Amino acid sequence: MARFDPYENNGGTCVAVAGADYCVVAADTRLSVGYSILSRDHSKIAQLADKCVLASSGFQGDIKALQKNLAAKELIYEHNHNKKMSCPAMAQLLSNTLYYKRFFPYYAFNVLGGLDSEGKGCVFTYDAVGSYERTGYSAQGTGSTLMMPVLDNQLKSPSPLLLPARVSSSSLEFELFNPLMVVFLTPLSESEAVDLVKDVFASATERDIYTGDRLEIVVINSSGTQREYIELRKD
Amino acid sequence: MAMKVDMSALETNFSIPCLDDGDGMHLSADSPDVPSMVLPTCADFDGFQAATKDMVKNKRGTTTLAFIFDKGVIVAADSRASMGGYISSQTVRKIIEINPYMLGTMAGGAADCQFWHRNLGNKCRLHELSNKRRISIAGASKLLANILYSYRGMGLSIGTMIAGFDEKGPGLYYVDSEGARLVGNRFSVGSGSLYAYGILDEGYRFNMSVEEAAELARRAIYGATFRDAASGGCVSVYHVGPDGWKKLSGDDVGELHYHYYPVQKTPVEQEMTDAPSTSA
Repeated sequence: MARFDPYENNGGTCVAVAGADYCVVAADTRLSVGYSILSRDHSKIAQLADKCVLASSGFQGDIKALQKNLAAKELIYEHNHNKKMSCPAMAQLLSNTLYYKRFFPYYAFNVLGGLDSEGKGCVFTYDAVGSYERTGYSAQGTGSTLMMPVLDNQLKSPSPLLLPARVSSSSLEFELFNPLMVVFLTPLSESEAVDLVKDVFASATERDIYTGDRLEIVVINSSGTQREYIELRKD
Repeated sequence: MAMKVDMSALETNFSIPCLDDGDGMHLSADSPDVPSMVLPTCADFDGFQAATKDMVKNKRGTTTLAFIFDKGVIVAADSRASMGGYISSQTVRKIIEINPYMLGTMAGGAADCQFWHRNLGNKCRLHELSNKRRISIAGASKLLANILYSYRGMGLSIGTMIAGFDEKGPGLYYVDSEGARLVGNRFSVGSGSLYAYGILDEGYRFNMSVEEAAELARRAIYGATFRDAASGGCVSVYHVGPDGWKKLSGDDVGELHYHYYPVQKTPVEQEMTDAPSTSA
C-alpha cells in the first residue's frame, strides 16, 4: 500500500563553535541516500547574511527550500529596514519558519552561527520544528552523538541557568541585554577552535558512515568570512 | 435586537488552506492572531503525524511545578531536553517570562511551548496596549487555552502552567494541549511530575516563608530528577510576588545531590598494610 513518504535522510554532520570575536561553522560535504554516496562535494552551509551562516543536515531537498525561504525573507527585511539581518534576528526568523511547518516539518537539523550585534560569536541550535537555544557550541546530524561528548569535554562551561552565576576560571562570560541571559563563549583562540573542529570531524568520520569525504570550515570574524577545506576519509 | 455572539475564538483554524501572500507569513486577515499552518496533502493525516513524530524525535521530557502560598507563587523547573534517548540539552529555559509579573512553564514539546508562549506574550502586550491595563492571569490562560483547543487533535504537546500576580492576588492555571484549563493551588507537570508531587504534597503548607517555599520546590524538582531519566540539569526556582517575578536560585542537580546527601566517610575496621616485599 503506497504511503505518503516525502522524506529521506541525506546524512552528514554540522558543527558550530562561538568565540569571543569569531564563530566557526563547519560541515562535511558528503550526500548519501541509504548506503550509496550521491556526492562527495555537496555543501551544507549557506550564508544568509554577512555575519550569519546556517549549516543544516537532514533531507537536502527540505534544506534547499528552507535556505531559499530564509534568503528571500532576509532580502525583504533589508528592503524594509535598510540594514542586513543580525544573527539573533535571523535565529528567531528561522525558529518561526520551522514552526509554521509544524504539521509538515522541514526535515532539517540546523545550526546557525555568526556574530551578534556586539561582534561576539553566537551559535543557535535547533530541533526540526523550531525549538531553539543560544549556546556556546553545538553539533547536529548523524555524527552529532559522536561529536557532542567530545565538545562537552573540551568546551563545556558552567550552566547559564546557575544563580548565583558561576564563572569557570578559564571561560569568558557576558550578559546580554537581559541580565538573566548569561552565555558562555569558549576562551579558545580562533585557530585552536578550528583545530578542535578538525579533530572532532576526523573522529566522527571514523565511526559514522554518513560523515566523511571533505570538511568545509567557515570562520566568521570582524574581517568577514573565510572558507577552508580539509580532506576527510572517503570510505 | 439580538446580538450576534462572537465565536471566533472557538473556530478551528487548521482547516483553512494556506494562502501565501508573498511574504510567507501566513497570517490570514480573518484570524490575525493565529497563524494558518501548512498541512501535508495526504489521505492519512494522523498516520503521517505519527510517522514524523518518530522521525524527527522532537525535544521533550521534563519536570515543572508551581504552587500558591501566602506570599505569592513559587515556580520551579528542571532544564533537560531529550530527543528519544539522547540528551539534546541540559540548559533549556523551561520557565518563560511572559511579562514582568507573569511566568509560563514549559513541558512537552519544546518547540510547541516556546512558540505558543511567545505568541501569548505578544497577545498579552497587545491587550495592555488596547485596554490600558495589564491582562489578568485568568485572561492570559484563557487566551492560550482557546488557541490550544482549536488545535486539538493535531498532535501538539504542551503542558503548561501560567503563574502570576494580578489585581486579584496570586494566580495559577494549568493549560494543556488537550484543551484543559484548570485553576488550582498546586500543580506539577511533566514526566517527573509524579515524583515531584510526592515531595511537594508532603511538605506543603499555605503559611511558609519564601525561603522555605523555595527549598520545598527545589527539593521536589531534585527528587524528580533523581528518579526520572528524562529530567535533570539545573533546578531553577522563581518567586512571583506583588512586585513581579524574581529568580531565586539556579542549582545543578548533580551538586545538589551531594548537598543533601554528603559523602560519609565509612569507618575503617582494619587497615590493610602492604605485603612484605620478598627480596630476590
